[in-house]
This record gives sequence, C-alpha cells and structure tokens, in this order.
Amino acid sequence: MTAGIDRLSQLAISPTGFIFDPRSGSTFTVNDTARTIIEGIQQGKGLDDIVRALSDAFATGATDLRRDALEFARRLRDEGLLPADFELV
Amino acid sequence: MAKFTGTVAVTGLNATDNPGPGVPVIRALRRSPDFAGRIIGLAYDAMDPGLFLPGLLDGAMLIPYPSAGRDALFARLAHARRRFGIDVLIPTLDSELPALCDHEDILAAMGIGVFLPTRAQYDLRSKARLFELARDHGVPVPRSEVLTDPSRMYSIHASFTFPIAVKGVFYGAQICYSADEAVAAFHKQAAEWGLPIIVQEFVAGEELNVAAIGDGEGGLIGAVPMKKLMLTKQGKGWAGVTIADEPLMDLARQVVGAMRWRGPLELEVIRDDAGDYHLLEINPRFPAWVDLSAGAGQNLPLACARLAAGHTVAPLPAYRVGAAFVRASVNQLVDISALEALSVLGERDDTPTAPASTPQERAS
Repeated sequence: MTAGIDRLSQLAISPTGFIFDPRSGSTFTVNDTARTIIEGIQQGKGLDDIVRALSDAFATGATDLRRDALEFARRLRDEGLLPADFELV
Repeated sequence: MAKFTGTVAVTGLNATDNPGPGVPVIRALRRSPDFAGRIIGLAYDAMDPGLFLPGLLDGAMLIPYPSAGRDALFARLAHARRRFGIDVLIPTLDSELPALCDHEDILAAMGIGVFLPTRAQYDLRSKARLFELARDHGVPVPRSEVLTDPSRMYSIHASFTFPIAVKGVFYGAQICYSADEAVAAFHKQAAEWGLPIIVQEFVAGEELNVAAIGDGEGGLIGAVPMKKLMLTKQGKGWAGVTIADEPLMDLARQVVGAMRWRGPLELEVIRDDAGDYHLLEINPRFPAWVDLSAGAGQNLPLACARLAAGHTVAPLPAYRVGAAFVRASVNQLVDISALEALSVLGERDDTPTAPASTPQERAS
C-alpha cells in the first residue's frame, strides 16, 4: 500500500496538524480528520481501516467518513502528494 | 577541529531590503562555537547598516569602490592587515572578485588568505557565458542570447517566445512580455550595470537555491538547498527553508564538478511543472541567506574562513532539512558620533588591536 507514496511518506506531521513537505519546502495545516487520513495512508492502511480509525476518533457515520476519506485522498492526488494513479481502497 | 582564532575581514555590509551577504556571513561565523577569532567589516559607505549592529564587528574600515581599481583596493587591504591584523578575506560581492581572482599570491604576500574561484571560473559562470556549461557539460541551462544593441529586441521573437527574462550583466532581471517592455528593460539594466545585456528563455516553476563551497578539485565541501517561502517585490527571499531535493543536489554536484569550482557560490535554479531542473544563474559568492547554512548544521562561512587560512577542511556533515529563516528589518538606534570614526578616519576599532599573526601561524 505504501508503494508509490514516497512523497506523502516523507511529510513531517506534528501532533498539531502542522505539516512540512521537505521536498518542496511547503507547509500546510490540517485538522485532526485529515491528519488521521494522511497518517493512515502513510502507514499503509486501506480505506476500511482508515474509516474505522476515524469512526473511533470522531464518532461519525461510516458513510460520511468513507466519502470524506476518498475526497481527501483525491485532494492529496491533486496536490501532487500522492501519485495520479493512487486509489484508496 | 580546533577553534578558528584568526581575524576575518568581510565585505558587503549593506543590509537594506536587498541586503549584501556580509552580515549573514558574519552572523554565521559568530554563531559557531568553533569561531574564536575577530571580525573586521570592510564597507563602502559609512552608513552601511552592518557597521552598526551591536556585537557584530571588532572593527571596521572603509574601502574604495571596485571602480577605483585593484591598486587602490590592495593598498587599503595592506593597511587593513597592518591596522587590524586581518588573516583572511571573505569578499561577498560579485563586483569585487575581478580584482581579487588570480591574485591570491599578492594577497598571500601581504599575509591575507582567500579561497576564491580562478578568473577563468569566474568568467565562465557569467550570465553571458553560462550557456557554455550546457554546451560543454550538459548542464540544463535555459537558452540565452547576449545583446549589445536594443533594436534586437524587435526581432527577438524569432528566437524566443515571450515572456523573456532580460538580465543585467552583474545583477537584475526583468520578465518582459513584449518587445517594447524588453527595450525598456534593456536600457534600465544597461544604465545600472553596463553592457552586455542577456536575454534568457523564461522558465516557469518553483525557484530553488543552493549555497555551496567547491573545493577546487571538482568536489563539494558543503551545500545547502533552500526554497524561498516569502519574496520581496524585487524577488529577493525574505523567508526560506532548507529542503530535501536530491536531483537539485545532483545538479549542484554536476556544476561544481564540471567547473572544478573553488570557493563559495550560489546556484539559482527553477524546477518546472514537469519536475525538470534549469540552472538560471551561478553567483560567485555566498548568498544573503547563507547564515541559514549554519542553522542547518553546515557552517559554510566558517568552512570558507578555514580554507582561506590554509586549513584542510573535510566535506561537511549532512545539513538538516526544515531549518528556516525569516528576515527582519529593524531600526538600529545609535548616536551620531557612531558615524564619526568611519566618516573622518575611515576606520573604527571596537576592541584592542591584536598583533598580526604570521602566515605560518595562520596555516597551523
């Protein structure tokens, strides 16, 4: 699962959600939900595991969480942090 | 490695919104626990801001502008050697180097060490000749053309697609979207820096920089890559961060290896949207953000001072990614008498003068 996500795997993420991309020098701020998704992808988790982690942390409906996770993964692709052919499954 | 105890002279103490590298070079030296020497600022103007930063200098001297010629400069440096015992000179401005390159023997006879490129290296990296690196060594350099006649701008579209970059021979660059704009830029750059003018293919992308020292044998003593996070209206970096970019470091190694560069340098590079790298310029001195190298664990100015003193310096350890700088503009409050010594005598001693060391002591 981690193959092809080198760029994302290099991100330095602080517990506050402050993210530093060491390749571009760019910084981002993300909320806890987004941080959980990024860390899940970094750890090689699939969609079901990430949704479960979100559900445990935020007590929200699984349908919303699944949609949010997929949408955020698409956003990460758009930002070039995940390969264009990456699919969160 | 032993502490550095020599006396270092540094130029380029201008510190406005387009600062010279002198103050950052000195700040880098000062922040090293291995620096136990003295620092003498060499300035062109008694109002250069670096002359008034508390704790920065042990002494200061005015020197003649490069246009006054080599003899005037060397006479002043000989005086600086006698007056302050300077052992090492770190020039930080492009325009100073033609008078110094290839004259290390004269400086050494005075007792002043430098670590500089040869005149041939200095000339090769000029904007007017940079394309030779592409031709002879395969370094990715945007196409360029050297102009002495502004009327060429009205036919330049046959060779280049607008926008184009119009560059002065020493400093300055302007992105131009039409022939009229390019002609105006030609005259502006020519009035400021003289001829020729360089037209360069415009490459869009992220601007990246590398500060480095070449060992003169084709290797790197150290190199720190930086991405600008904030720019002034002049396009100068006001904040930046060290990055991990191996292709960029490969490019730095390629350039320094091809030129067998000796001394400090800065590479200005564009990474385009396709991820390809283009070398825009080579500056033959430290950049004004070089103190970041010390913050990132590679004190390039200290390494340069050691090399200029004749010490052997091994390649520096890996730099730290994520070291950042944010520049500040501050008002320095001084009494008008602070201007007196430099204005009247052309020099100022902030500490008791140490006796000059011998070349043998410097090399030990």
